[in-house]
Amino acid sequence: MTTVTPEREREEREAPEPGAGIRAAERSALETLRHGLRLSPEFRRGLGGTVVLAVLATLGKVIVPIAVQQVIDRGLRGGAPDVSFIRNAVVLCALAVLLTALAGYLMNVRLYRATESGLATLRTKGFRHVHDLSVLTQNSERRGSMVSRVTGDVDQISTFMQWGGLMIVVAGGQLVIATVVMAVYSWQLTLLVWACFLPLVFLLPRFQRLVARRYTAVRERTGDVLAAVSESVVGSAVIRAYGSEDRTAARIDTAVDGQRDAQTRAQKVVGLTFPITELVASVALAGVVLLGVELGLHGAISAGRLVAFLFLITLFISPLQTATEVLNEAQNAIAGWRRILGVLDSPADVADPEDGVTLPRGPISVSFEGVGFSYPGGAPVLHDVSVDIPPRTRVAVVGETGSGKTTFAKLLTRLMDPVSGRVVVDGIDLRDVRFSSLRERIVMVPQDGFLFDATLEENIRFGRPSATTEEIRLALTELGLADWLDGLPAGLDTPVGQRGESLSAGERQLVALARAYLADPDLLLLDEATSAVDPATEVRLARALDGITRGRTAVSIAHRLSTAEAADEVLVFQHGRIVQRGPHAELVEEPGVYADLYASWASATRS
Amino acid sequence: MPSQVSTAVMRQGLKVIGVAIRAEPRVFTAAVLSSALYGVMTVASSWALGRATEQVVLPAFREGRTSAGAMAAAALLIVGVAVLKALGVMGRRILAGVMQYRMQAASRRAVTRQYLRLPLAWHHRHPTGQLLSNASSDAEAAWGPLAPLPMAVGVVVMLVTAAVAILVTDPVLAIVGFLIFPAIALLNLVYQRKLSPLATRAQQLRAEVSEIAHESFDGALVVKTLGREDAETVRFRAKADELRDANIAVGKVRGLFDPLLEALPTLGVLAVLLVGSVRLQSGGMAAGELIEVAYLFTLLAFPIRALGWVLAELPRSVVGWNRVQDVLDASGSMEYGAARLDGRGPAEIEVSGVGYGYDPEAPVLREVGFGVAPGRTVALVGPTGAGKSTLTQLLARLIDPDLGTVRIDGTDLREAARGEVSESVALVPQQTFLFDDSVRGNITLGRDVPDERVWAALRLAQADGFVAALPGGLDTHVGERGATLSGGQRQRIALARALVREPRLLILDDATSSVDPQVEKRILHGLREGSARSTVIVVAYRMATIALADEVVYLEHGAVTDQGAHEELLGRCEGYRVLVTAYEKEEAERAAIDSDEEVVA
Repeated sequence: MTTVTPEREREEREAPEPGAGIRAAERSALETLRHGLRLSPEFRRGLGGTVVLAVLATLGKVIVPIAVQQVIDRGLRGGAPDVSFIRNAVVLCALAVLLTALAGYLMNVRLYRATESGLATLRTKGFRHVHDLSVLTQNSERRGSMVSRVTGDVDQISTFMQWGGLMIVVAGGQLVIATVVMAVYSWQLTLLVWACFLPLVFLLPRFQRLVARRYTAVRERTGDVLAAVSESVVGSAVIRAYGSEDRTAARIDTAVDGQRDAQTRAQKVVGLTFPITELVASVALAGVVLLGVELGLHGAISAGRLVAFLFLITLFISPLQTATEVLNEAQNAIAGWRRILGVLDSPADVADPEDGVTLPRGPISVSFEGVGFSYPGGAPVLHDVSVDIPPRTRVAVVGETGSGKTTFAKLLTRLMDPVSGRVVVDGIDLRDVRFSSLRERIVMVPQDGFLFDATLEENIRFGRPSATTEEIRLALTELGLADWLDGLPAGLDTPVGQRGESLSAGERQLVALARAYLADPDLLLLDEATSAVDPATEVRLARALDGITRGRTAVSIAHRLSTAEAADEVLVFQHGRIVQRGPHAELVEEPGVYADLYASWASATRS
Repeated sequence: MPSQVSTAVMRQGLKVIGVAIRAEPRVFTAAVLSSALYGVMTVASSWALGRATEQVVLPAFREGRTSAGAMAAAALLIVGVAVLKALGVMGRRILAGVMQYRMQAASRRAVTRQYLRLPLAWHHRHPTGQLLSNASSDAEAAWGPLAPLPMAVGVVVMLVTAAVAILVTDPVLAIVGFLIFPAIALLNLVYQRKLSPLATRAQQLRAEVSEIAHESFDGALVVKTLGREDAETVRFRAKADELRDANIAVGKVRGLFDPLLEALPTLGVLAVLLVGSVRLQSGGMAAGELIEVAYLFTLLAFPIRALGWVLAELPRSVVGWNRVQDVLDASGSMEYGAARLDGRGPAEIEVSGVGYGYDPEAPVLREVGFGVAPGRTVALVGPTGAGKSTLTQLLARLIDPDLGTVRIDGTDLREAARGEVSESVALVPQQTFLFDDSVRGNITLGRDVPDERVWAALRLAQADGFVAALPGGLDTHVGERGATLSGGQRQRIALARALVREPRLLILDDATSSVDPQVEKRILHGLREGSARSTVIVVAYRMATIALADEVVYLEHGAVTDQGAHEELLGRCEGYRVLVTAYEKEEAERAAIDSDEEVVA
């Protein structure tokens, strides 16, 4: 029915092209970052103060090397150590350390507040936007992947925002400070250290890209595992009924092993990359000892300064090591942002109009004016459909599977917009009607009436949140469902289970119908809404609806032609066109599609 | 009280770790040895620096000269120790990962095997989302501590080595170390105690946020058609805000303890300098040794926190492990007997005294009994919610009755050997389920069936036309849950899946509800022609389907009210008559009203 093309296209766009230049990829990463940050203004709240605190916290880290240098050069100069000097220095440094810790604490708290608020906003924005997408876009996405847009993908950003983002500042600051202090001690040794680490600056991003690729593989394999497991859970009845447990188990094993192998491969690269900085640091350390002694022999550096320098190298390594992980996190975050932006950037192609018209309540008229529709990349499913439905008429839509009935319903409720022509309600183009007004006046009951994991009452109230329990009871009574309600163990308080699965398929349809009825629309559209209900109940419902919809406009799509018999007018669809229209009594007399459908239905229902 | 809980968690967590060690002793040993190498070498690197300072740097400065040999030895010492340390780190990280991933994979396999083994009734009691997270995030969390574990063991080795090293260097300075390091460990413990309940709560909320999103997106069509996007967003926002607050609470604890944990070793170094200079003054130690100890402190500051990481993972691990274990321990798995259902031709069915309830308080079926002779077609008829679908599941032994028996060819289904029932019986459920596989794969389910037979089944199900028109024919992938097909198409493929097996008992649970009447008619005709091969039980409302049946079993409120030929039931069973003649009666009444109106007009 729907095509998978939009999803494929999106995935192709997201996937990095193998031949694409690095520059292009990096630029788009930066753009992603900028765009992503703009989405959550909370991130920037109080950022200035946070950065100042971060700088203070970083400054604290040079305390130890300076203390060591001071102690060795001044405290230990000459024969006996100057204990009182050392005591003062140590106390001063200890105070500075405590202040640093305080600055770190304040920075962290501010950071968590700002980022968590920003992420909550981002989640909600993403969630809302998924609902704003047209059904077409929604159906082309895997359910799980839409959920992860507002959960896992946002989490992926959080580590970067709470730690990585500022770490870039902190680590950068630390590098600068360490370099400055080191240069003050000895510019020659500083050059040596930089010379040792410079290759890393080029090497690490390469490793990082490799790691990122391996992690992408892990994510894909993890997706396979989830898909395989969910199939085994959701399809448990079919798997048992057909004894295909072994086959399912084999599929799961393949997925699980694939995931484990991908994880191991990723871990190997990480394991090899990680100690590289340490190795380089040891080379730098040895180099500093050699060159330092050489310089010392020429009187260019004191022993204390040389030893302090050794400590400063540790200070120099840690931001580099951090940088490795920050890069990793940044990559994760950018991937997460990209996926969230992928949702937020996909246009809500069926959008709520700005300054939309609010329709006054009352019986509603509908016209299709030369409406055509095709799914993206697919053949047309509706051709030039023109029809007027005057207020207060009850219309039945019939036709074979794939004749365009459901498309007609989706266009009428503006779940999709026509590709050509227009749909007009009360003289106004549907695209100009405010959503809130449209949803209030036109309500559709789909074939699979999804129920939420709540009680029966809460599910029915979903149609009109302000409804009282009495009104809900009354609605069920008016629909002739009071007996059914009384037969339920806990009445209105009966929990319906996940997706309503504690109820039978027919019962779910009853709830969905009651829910729509409670919404009290001016146009009620039933899309095979009672297909799983028994005939006696269906007839009872139809009769009840007959009375209720009197004075309203009603459109029903049905393959049970009893509905058509009761309608004022029947629209017969074939191959995306209305080929016959008129009251049942007339249509059934003329040779054509309807007469054939009716004959087959009649023979199926009569003894 | 909380500390008691924590102790229990700790004990349980260690038990879980023990399980992993017993499962992968070799990998664990290798990881720990690597980590020990890393630990010893970390201490050794400070010792190397101390040696270099004491024996090369300081003498050179004192004496104004040095030898190339001493310099080379110092450099070699520093780099050599670093290489060994790097090897240790590599081995530790890679092997820790291997162990963790192996255990996770093993848990995932075990859990999903159990899903496939446990009866459907068990599945009914557990929400889908929970089962999914048991196999994914819980299996992951259970083995979470394995990642930092070897490092933690290495750290213990490192601490012992360091303690010895400091003791050897200077016993007085060692006192400073023995004060600082336990303080760090203690602070870590307090940290994890404070953090873990908050982190657990955040984890819980994360799952809840995910559940809301899942449900809401699942019901997107309903949300949209009733214009409830705003209300749903409010519902989601409330949970997202709760999560935000929980995360901020976590952040506050982290934000406090992280800088403290960083400050403590720094204070330790300062203390070493102070005490060390006093010791230097009294001649108790050399300057190089002072540097060595101070450097050691800066080196130990970070790894010592690995102990905290393991502790931090423990509560999550225990929760995950318990959830996984609940699945693995779940009893009531379907028992199989040894009997074979190797009769040929259509099966004989006998249901007697069957009772079943999802909730024991409110049984769905009561005292259900009827028999079906081989080759006969029986229609199960009854109002919405009468228990028809439940009965079909009992017939296919997806569930076992609480009371009574279901027999095929005289054999109680519970006595049949594994695989026997699914070999003889094919159920087409009301809710179609397709695998994310090709059309062929969905029909054969991995069996070796020649394409001619697949096409024959598709023909019988009236699905050959649209399958032939699909871009890849039988090889076309149907997408997740068959998303690329329409409801009617999915139903017909599910029907072909049953027909291709030529079952001895075919059960159709309203299996053509999404199919057009004309198509349905053709399917039913095809079935009748082929039905000589099997006994058929069909849940139906439509007269055409009922007309196919030799006999009707009429259910009401979970009990068989009547059984017999269609005409007999029409004559004597009020409920049945009302149900199956509803359309006709409706039409007749409408005709009468119409003619009245004409008369009035």
